Amino acid sequence: MQVKLGVPSKGRLMEKTFDWFGQRGVSLRRTGEAREYAGAVEGVEGVELVLLSASEIPRELAAGRIHLGVTGSDLVREDLADWAGQLVEMVPMGFGHADLVVAVPKAWVDVETLDDLDAVAAAFRVRHGFRLRIATKYHRLVREYLRAHGVADYQLVDSQGATEGTVKNLTAEAIADITSSGETLRANHLKILSDPPVHQSQATLFATRMADWSENQAVLAAFVARLGIALPTDLKVGIVSAG
Amino acid sequence: MTRAEQIAHALLAEMQAAGAMPVATDILQPAETLLDLYGEDIRARAYVTDDPAVGEMMLRPDFTVPVVQAHMRSGAEPARYCYAGPVFRKQTGARAREYLQVGFELFDRNDAAQADAEVFALFSRLLHAHDVRPVTGDIGILKAAVAGLQTTEARKSALMRHIWRPKRFRALLERMAGRGSLAQARAELVNSLRQAPADELIAAAGQLVGMRDAQEIAARVTRLVDDADTAPMSQEQVSALEGLLALSAPATDALATLRGYDWPSIAPALDRLEARLDALARTGVDPASLPFEASFGRTTMEYYDGFVFGFVGVRADLPPVATGGRYDALTTVLGQGNAIPAVGGVIRPEILARLEGV
Repeated sequence: MQVKLGVPSKGRLMEKTFDWFGQRGVSLRRTGEAREYAGAVEGVEGVELVLLSASEIPRELAAGRIHLGVTGSDLVREDLADWAGQLVEMVPMGFGHADLVVAVPKAWVDVETLDDLDAVAAAFRVRHGFRLRIATKYHRLVREYLRAHGVADYQLVDSQGATEGTVKNLTAEAIADITSSGETLRANHLKILSDPPVHQSQATLFATRMADWSENQAVLAAFVARLGIALPTDLKVGIVSAG
Repeated sequence: MTRAEQIAHALLAEMQAAGAMPVATDILQPAETLLDLYGEDIRARAYVTDDPAVGEMMLRPDFTVPVVQAHMRSGAEPARYCYAGPVFRKQTGARAREYLQVGFELFDRNDAAQADAEVFALFSRLLHAHDVRPVTGDIGILKAAVAGLQTTEARKSALMRHIWRPKRFRALLERMAGRGSLAQARAELVNSLRQAPADELIAAAGQLVGMRDAQEIAARVTRLVDDADTAPMSQEQVSALEGLLALSAPATDALATLRGYDWPSIAPALDRLEARLDALARTGVDPASLPFEASFGRTTMEYYDGFVFGFVGVRADLPPVATGGRYDALTTVLGQGNAIPAVGGVIRPEILARLEGV
């Protein structure tokens, strides 16, 4: 058996992931020609590199098809209903920082907090006859956040890209999206509410609870020792629950 | 046939014997109606699916809405309906996603107290053989208490809107009393809004994008400043309301305690409670031992606005066996101008079966 480690297959996230492991004595690299998604691991035995889209890594972990994976903590929380029951967060990796925030037009001088947004949503519904629209692709995280803060009379509208433009295009009144510097928001005449963000995301190494670890315990122990992180104590061993 | 199905059949037969007409509703319901009623939160609780021709549809999360709609299209009055069938709710963990509900709904314009008592007494009788205990409440008293607060209409309607969200309700009360982090954030905001006329502030903030226009923003600026110029709600009022919300006692004692508040605005709601307790006594339910909790029904049953009741089993890990109540306002929303006073409830046969240990 091999421990399968899923890593983002391209871009800065891949490079930073390779750097992070490299600094800890584990060399990850792509093999074959430039366009081929194949990789190799050196510096530790029994670990196989699987190159995947970062957005597919949560699902692959939850299915138990990979044992370990690097992806954004936001994607795991958004994609998996009961993420903590399916995955173990092993270590935050200190890069890929981004905040999931709620933003409204800068010209809304009467709105600074979710308390204000809730009041505006009530008045908006009375005036316009429909619920105030918040564009996002993070439906689960945003809905849970707004519910926890008691915001009502809103609706989430799906936006898979260029979300900051939806307000100007009159397809939403507010947005919830990932930002690191806030520049795109400002350029689109939006401002971030002053409340704590929906989620502060960063690249994180996860382990799955959905695969049987019994044949891979030694490999995992050696791997985490090499990385200088703690062995997760509550991984299921001998109970195969992979779907 | 499972034990739960046997229980469901027996309950439905009893409801028919009590004069109810059996009705069926579609499992697939238009999502828009339910989303407008319950808000976006229902997406976390109900299965939503997409139909290319008719838009978003929802797997029936309860029967009440379609039964009310069917009645308002064509029902004669008064009317008693019963139904049994599966409902679908998203859950985390091991709780059932698909489960049976057996329900009874009564539409009657005459004697609300008598109608409340009829439904409660029916459920009490149907569940008599099971190891369950009742609990009752009255959202109408809470609404009357909020409506009677000595404060602005704007504050009262903000509180009224969140009666069914206790945490948010409490945060609003705190802010209106001038306490807590929301009050501080509000004070800072209003301070910034006092620096210049609203139209200048809006113009200075940058290009206005989106459908919410400058007039709407300026109108809220005015409301915010007016609100800040109004005295905070007195601690006395907040404490009185919190005291009412915390009340839990046998119904007869609860009524006496509420009368003792000497709060004129809730007197009509208390008269209704008293009439209901009298009606219950006539059906054989003893109000002196019937549990009453003023906050019951605030978290789980958003559309109830008067009498509320539940029956819970001895096992704390299981959901209530039965829930119900009065929902006059829901019929107003669904009836588009028409309304009919309505009270009803549902029983979950699977929970009863589990309480039997089957």
